[in-house]
Order: sequence, then C-alpha cells, then structure tokens
Amino acid sequence: MPKSFLIDTSRCTACRGCQIACKEWHELPANKTTQYHWGSHQNPQDLNPNNYKLVRFSEHLEDGVVRWNFFPDQCRHCEVPPCKELGDVYIEEAIVKDEKTGAVLFTEKTKGFSKEQAEEVREACPYNIPRRNETTGMLSKCTMCNDRVHAGMLPACVKVCPTGTMNFGEREEMLALGKQRLAALKKKWPKAMLADPEDVNVIYLLTDEPANYHDFAVAEANVGPMSKKQFLATLARPFKAMKA
Amino acid sequence: MTNHWIDIKNADSILIMGSNAAEHHPISFKWVLQAKDKGATVMHVDPKFSRTSARSDFHVPLRSGTDIAFLGGMIKYIVDNEKYFKEYVANYTNAALVVGKDYGFKDGLFTGYDEKTRSYDKSKWGFEMDKNGVPVRDTSMKNPRCVFQLLKQHYSRYDLDTVSATTGVSKENLLKVYEAFAATGKPDKAGTVMYALGWTQHTVGVQNIRSAAIIQLLLGNIGVAGGGINALRGEPNVQGSTDHTLLYHIIPGYMAMPHSGWQTYDQYIKGNTPVSNDPMSANWWQHKPKYFASLLKAWYGDHASKENGFCYELLPKIEKGEDYSYMFLFDRMYQGKIRGGIIIGLNPMNSVPNTNKVRKALDNLEWLVTSELHHSETTDNWHRPGVDPKTVKTEVFLLPSAHRLEKEGSVTNSGRWMLWHYQAVKPAFEARPFGDMFCGFMSRLQALYAKEGGKLPESVTWLDYPKTYDPDDLCARINGRFTQDAKVGNKQYKKGQQVPSFTALKDDGSTMSLNWLYAGSYTEEDGNKAKRRSTKQTEMQAKIGLFPNWAWCWPVNRRILYNRASVDLNGKPYNPAKAVIEWKDGKWIGDIPDGGWPPVSSGKGRSPFIMSKHGFGQIYGPGRQDGPFSEHYEPVETPVDSNKFSKQLNSPVYKFVSSNMDKLAKPADPNYPIVLTTYSLTEHWCGGGETRNIPNLLEAEPQQYVEMSPELAQEKGIKNGDGVIIESVRGKVEAIAMVTIRMRPLKVHGRIIHEIGMPFCFGWTTPGSGDATNRLTPSVGDPNTTIPEYKACCVNIRKADKLTELAT
Repeated sequence: MPKSFLIDTSRCTACRGCQIACKEWHELPANKTTQYHWGSHQNPQDLNPNNYKLVRFSEHLEDGVVRWNFFPDQCRHCEVPPCKELGDVYIEEAIVKDEKTGAVLFTEKTKGFSKEQAEEVREACPYNIPRRNETTGMLSKCTMCNDRVHAGMLPACVKVCPTGTMNFGEREEMLALGKQRLAALKKKWPKAMLADPEDVNVIYLLTDEPANYHDFAVAEANVGPMSKKQFLATLARPFKAMKA
Repeated sequence: MTNHWIDIKNADSILIMGSNAAEHHPISFKWVLQAKDKGATVMHVDPKFSRTSARSDFHVPLRSGTDIAFLGGMIKYIVDNEKYFKEYVANYTNAALVVGKDYGFKDGLFTGYDEKTRSYDKSKWGFEMDKNGVPVRDTSMKNPRCVFQLLKQHYSRYDLDTVSATTGVSKENLLKVYEAFAATGKPDKAGTVMYALGWTQHTVGVQNIRSAAIIQLLLGNIGVAGGGINALRGEPNVQGSTDHTLLYHIIPGYMAMPHSGWQTYDQYIKGNTPVSNDPMSANWWQHKPKYFASLLKAWYGDHASKENGFCYELLPKIEKGEDYSYMFLFDRMYQGKIRGGIIIGLNPMNSVPNTNKVRKALDNLEWLVTSELHHSETTDNWHRPGVDPKTVKTEVFLLPSAHRLEKEGSVTNSGRWMLWHYQAVKPAFEARPFGDMFCGFMSRLQALYAKEGGKLPESVTWLDYPKTYDPDDLCARINGRFTQDAKVGNKQYKKGQQVPSFTALKDDGSTMSLNWLYAGSYTEEDGNKAKRRSTKQTEMQAKIGLFPNWAWCWPVNRRILYNRASVDLNGKPYNPAKAVIEWKDGKWIGDIPDGGWPPVSSGKGRSPFIMSKHGFGQIYGPGRQDGPFSEHYEPVETPVDSNKFSKQLNSPVYKFVSSNMDKLAKPADPNYPIVLTTYSLTEHWCGGGETRNIPNLLEAEPQQYVEMSPELAQEKGIKNGDGVIIESVRGKVEAIAMVTIRMRPLKVHGRIIHEIGMPFCFGWTTPGSGDATNRLTPSVGDPNTTIPEYKACCVNIRKADKLTELAT
C-alpha cells in the first residue's frame, strides 16, 4: 500500500517552512532571486532544480473580499505516473516507482534524456513538475524524502509544518482524513474539493476553485479537448503495456 | 501572555489586532486553527491583509494608529448593549470603585496636565477612600463617580460614525467585530486578544493595550481558559530578557530602577512598596522588600548586610525623570555626549528610527564593542555607503558570538514557560556565548579596580559575579539560595541550599535570589525544572491543555494568571467545561491558584487581582503617564489635521528628541500624504542581520519591497515590480513596488487615504537587497515606555528613475 500526502490548504499560512526544509534536507543551493519586475512573495518564481517544493501565492477579489490562496506545490507521485510512462520509452527505468512507498523517483539515468526528451517528460506531467538541471542534464523534483520514509521518518516538509497543512501516512488514512476535512469545510466553503484523489498520492484539499491557486493545481484545470501532455501520456501507454 | 500558547485553542473568539500572528509567530496558528476547528471566530484587524488574514474568518483593514478609536467603539458597544459580565465586573474589577473629586477629562486632556513639562500630576486621579483608608465601592455601579459610570461617560464619544471616519473601517465591519467579540461576555464563553508590536509601537502604545485590558475585564475574559491579553513575544527570548531586565527602567523581577530620588535602601523601599488597608487585598507587592533585599544579596553576596542596606548605596542610580531608552541614548550620542559603548544582540543601525541620524551618531564614538554571528549594518557602520571609512574615528571590536544552537541555557517563551535548550554543536573557532564574554569583562574590571582603585571601587569589586559562565549555576542563582540555615514549614534547609519558592525569601539577608519571579524554578527537591518534559496531567487539566509538569512557568508554575477570577465567589468555575481552578473539598484543584486563600465568600479570601494594590482588575488605570482611560490621539505624523474626538491632535505627553535631524512633517502635510507602516516578515528575523546571511531565506525574501494598493499605484503611475522611492521628511528609501489588492485605500475624514507597508529587515551589508526602512521613521515615543512610533508615519512615493540600493 503506497503512502500519501494530504495537503490541507485551508490550514496553510504560507510560512514556507516546507519549502525551506525541503531545500535543507536535499542540500539544494539557493537561487539568486529578485523582486524587480516580479513584486511577489512567491520566491523563487517557479519550481527549478534547486526547489522541489514551492509555496505558490495567488490573490483575487471575490465579491469585494480578498482571497489569498497558498499552494505548496510539489510532485503528486501519481498512481500511474505519465512522466515514467513516457520516460521509459526513451530510457527504461530512468524514472522509477518505489512500489513500497509509491514514490516516483528521477534517477541519475535521467541525465541521458536529451533536452527535447526532458521537455517532453515535463509536458507529459499534468502538473508541470519536472525541471531539468541544465548543467548536469538531470531531471529533478520532489523525492517524497524516500530515504527518510524508508527509515520510518516523515518527509521533511511534513515534519516542519506547524499547522497541520502537510500530512503524510498510509494512503487509506490520508484519503479518510481528506474526506473528513472536506465534509467539515464544505459548510463554509461550498467549492471545497479534493484534487484528483483517485490518481495521485499527493492529495490537495482546496477551498476555492483550482484555477485560483495555480494553473496546474488539478490535471483538468488546463485541458482543452485534449492537452498535449494528456495526448503524450496516451501515446506512452501502449509501449508500457507492450513492455509489461 | 496572561495565558500561554496552547491555551489559545480554548478560545471561542480570537481577536488578532496589532499582530500578524501567522507570519511572525507561525506556531501560534497551530492553536488558532484548533480553536477555529471547534467553531471559534478568528478576526484580524490590521492595515494590511496578510497571511494571518488569509486564515482568519475575516479581515478588517484599519488606518494605522487608530486602534484606540476602534477599541473605544467596542467599549461603548459593550456598555451600551450590556454585553459585559456584570458579576465579574462588579466583584473583580475596579469598576465599582469611586474616583476622587479631582479626576476629570475635558477636550482631550485629563486633569492635572502641565503644558510646560508635558506631563500629568497623577495624584489627581486617585480613588476616594473611606475612613479606614480603603477605596469606597458601590457594587451597584450606579454612583456617578464610580469607575463604571466614568467609563461610560468617557467612551460615549466613541460612536460608530466618529470611529468609522477616524479609522477608515466601515460601520458594518466595526459591528461585525464588536458583535462577535462581545459575545464572549457570557460566563461560559472566552475571547482572547493576540497582539504584538502593531500595538506597542505607537505614541499611544501602552494605551492601545490598556483599551484591550478594559474590554477583556468588561467581558470577564481575564483569568479564564481561552481568554487573556496575550502579548506575542519574539523567539529571541524577549520574555526572558525582559524578566531579567533588558530595559533600563527596571531591575530583575519588575522592580523599579534605583534613581537619584532614592538615595538609601530605606528610601527605595518606602518609595516602592505599596500599602493597602483593605483586608481583602493581597497587595502582593507588599512583599517587595523581601525580593529586593534578596536581589541585592545575590549581587553583593557576603558584603551585603541589613546594616549596610545590602550595599544599595553602591548601585548606580539614574537621574530621576531622565530617559535612558535608545531613542534618547542615540540622541546623546549624536550630541557627542557618549564616548563608547557595547552593542550586543541588536542591529540599531537598521532597527532604530531615523536611521540616518543614528548612523551618524555612532560615528561619534571613540570605541564600540559588538558581538555578532555576521557582519551587520552596526558592526560595519563606518563602511556604509557614502562614507569614507578613514573619516570615522571609532575603534570597533567585533567579537565572534556563538550561535544559539552552540549554547545551552534557558529560554522563556511568551507563555512565561522557562524551557531548557541544549547545545547542539560546539561553538566554531573562537566564538563564545555572551555570558562567557561578560564574565570575562567583569573579571578584568574587578582586577583593574582592585589594583588601581577608582571612584567607589567596591561597587564593582564587591560584586558576587561568576568567574566563568555556567548557565546551570546561573539558573540556580536566579532561583535563589539560603545564606543561613533556615526552616520553611517543617523542612530544614542548610546554608547554600536552594529556596523552594519566593514565599521563602526574606528581607533580613538570610536569602539571595537573582529574580524572585523565578524562585521555585530550580529547587533542592526537583532540580532545574526548565528541563522537565513530563506530559502528566489530571483529567481537569487535560480539558484545557494544561501541562504542569512540562518545563516550569513563572510565577510558581501558574499557567494562567489571575485565575481566581475564573471562579465565582464560592470558588465554582464560571465555565465548568473549561475550568482553570476549582475549590473542592477544602482545597484548590487544577492550575496553581493566585494565592492559596479560600474563596472570597469564606470571608478569608482575597480579591483575585493580587498584583494590583486594591486587588481589582484595573478598568481605571491611574498609574500610567497618559491617563487612567485610553483616548484616541493621532499619530505624531498624521495625514489629518484634526482629531474628531477632541481638540488635542496628538498625545499631549508623547516623548521626542529634537536634534537638527529630527524633523517631523506637519499634520496633513501635502508633501507626505501617505501613511507608512513598517513590519517584520516570516523569513527574516528582526533587522535581518542573521537571516540575510542564510541563503535559503534570502532566496525566499530577497529584496526591499513596498506593499501598495492598485489604486495608489495607478495614481502614481507605478506598476508591480517597478523600482520606487519612498520619502519622508527625514529620508529616502528605495524599494520594489508590490502592487496588491491586500492593501486597501481607506475613507478617513471623508476622503481617501492611502497606506503603504514595508519590512525593515533589509540592509546594505547584503548587497542589492536594499537598505534601512527606518531612515523614514521618526524618533517619537510612548510616554510610558518610549517605544518609538514605527507603525505610523507620513511619506510620499514615486517611481524611481534609477536604483542604487537594489539589484535589478
């Protein structure tokens, strides 16, 4: 049974303890950031090879009331990860899934992807997560702190969260917690929802429309009739099936 | 805090005002959210919509510096609508006390005002006494001179229209907060107030908090679980350092600093020990001589005796009425009256107002000792932009300081819990804890005075100062020891053993203690209680999240102050579901009560507010410099030229310095029409001296910004991300515009007033990050504390042609 996260955004204060703890645990260097021509608390501006986790800030007015939504963005560790499906087409097992924890992991072998292939892997991700380290060529993203999890510890981002936003445990437990919290929140927040709970192991609980958090908060948020990444993911499937 | 962090979860209503709790005290929101889960209403009243607002039920924007108008309106609402807890107000507060004939209030001034000295004669505000010297009380609260009636009259001017026009808060929003919070005036409901520097850093800072105290006393919210006035203090041991006297006007344990008016021990004791003739008043400060004598005994050891006034006369004394807070210190430095100094634990070249002046003032020193983890704007002041280091004569010593993870010791959190923290790693290279440095300073000073003599050398050579720094031993000394064999109850103690509690302290020289409040924290029986980590609790304690065996809390491990006010006259809890204490089978159970006397109805009890002279919660507070009731005055720099509550525009007694660099904009100055408020942020700590050197934190908040509304941005032709210049009459600061709907234009005095907000953590030693926001703020302060008015001043803003302080 894989592990899951429940990210209850109704409790997030955007303290960014998770973002910093992730960097500390993975010993990722700091990026040079700026407010110039940016003017936002969301720093760095996007996920990058040095930030596997990023708290996104999004504000809008709803009937004259300010809504400021926080979205601690990270890999969703999909049940059937499209990045792996496509990646396996180019280099088998460059992207692996740890069946014990459910962690989807980018290995050293991802350095073998060409720039274009890496871009395709990124595009295959419904959540726009993978980032290529242009120096080493390696693809990077959240590791679920798989080493910590195997050692019986919580992922770093969960360990530091002071408010109960970041939760981690057995998938069934997290789904149950998600449903329970959703029921409680629905009263005040009729738009409250769990984001793609059937497909992912990082389940976001949202109180507002997904687009008010982030373009890629849910897989459906950025579809036309069929997005390029979904199309690519479909393409990948027969190959996977053939290999199996 | 009267209460403690976990206790916030017991609240039915949470008013966060003068604080951005989620950003500056992130852990507090663990408990705020738990209260919210159980149905509590969480309200955030603040000029800016912040991360705190985002997690509150609602946010109410108000103009910075108008909190008393807002809260005065709430007091009027509570009184007019009879939302107050009558039994509590009549029995436990001074609402029923009759005020003397000399008290009065007219046109914004209380009686006793002297224009020449800008001060009040507080003797005009005293209570009426009966023939026994006990305050006259009318528990029906109908006497027209009783506090309750005077309160009603005083705040009758705070109607919704006037409050709204002053604060910029709509009447609808005012009522929303008033109704939700006043609903806690019921015996079984509790509301908490969480505040921080957003209330203190005003020329009316103390009265902001007084206003909240009045509200909490009216609603019966003091002493109860989920109630209280909760000052959210900083991680850097602000509570502990205040208890142990970071501030100049007190000595350890909140006793007055000796001044020139008290030349002898007897004069000090007479001038500082309150007397009450009311048998119902515990008047706890009557014990002050015991605490003071024990403190002197701890300072001067065997040299201190009853005969020599425990060496009191060796103590340095400040001039009576003189102000030694940093605003005035830097002014003296600017005038060349100070030759040298030690600046440790703060970065004043970034965090003191009118920074252009204080940076120049520091140049006047001959020598300066600093101790830091990193170079800061203070340690490197002589290298600052625009100054040739060769022209600065100051000899600067920068001592490498150990990081807190490299030291062990105690930290006292906001809830008054003394917690031990352990050394994680040894200090790198030659870095040392501050304590170690001070022991070194003192050893050398003592040796020098012993060898060379000097004026009154005994004041230094006789000090019983530790030769080496041992935090555990220091904590033992803080608790206090017997200096002779003694018996407490049935227990025999030997000379040199730890005192069990402050009730064992004596004024005859037989005990010593560095801080009476901490007596009981380190005992013979239980050792250093800061190290306790047991979650053992009774069922009653579990209901309110009270953990009496986890660490230790001053005083005497009492977790909720004034808890005798949580029960009725018979000792029965007003809210049985969240009882703090209860009189059961002839004893108190639950928390440690405020004194062990039986309930009031027994006739042998005491009024619950044991630290105040008369035993009552002080709705009427005659001890403050600026009046017994709070009153709205405009900030010293204000965008309006009149005060709708009185003819008095600013506080008549606010403090200021007046060098040629201390300019102030005139009221409603068209050159500076915008209100500026300043703040900390989650990612950087205070002046940023440490955190700007932590790459991952600098990545998250890299540069000086200014938060402003889209409306103001449009008016000024500024786009999000543009470089801008903010200017006050004192200086200019560059910033990047953060144009956000989280800042709202406010309708004040019938017109639109804009407010902008800036953090103060950025400084020039972090290249390209920006420089001190405090170059804009004025050196004006609260009359009680001299805390500067960081939270409200007047500025203008324009798009920058070029940026020199910020990397682009």
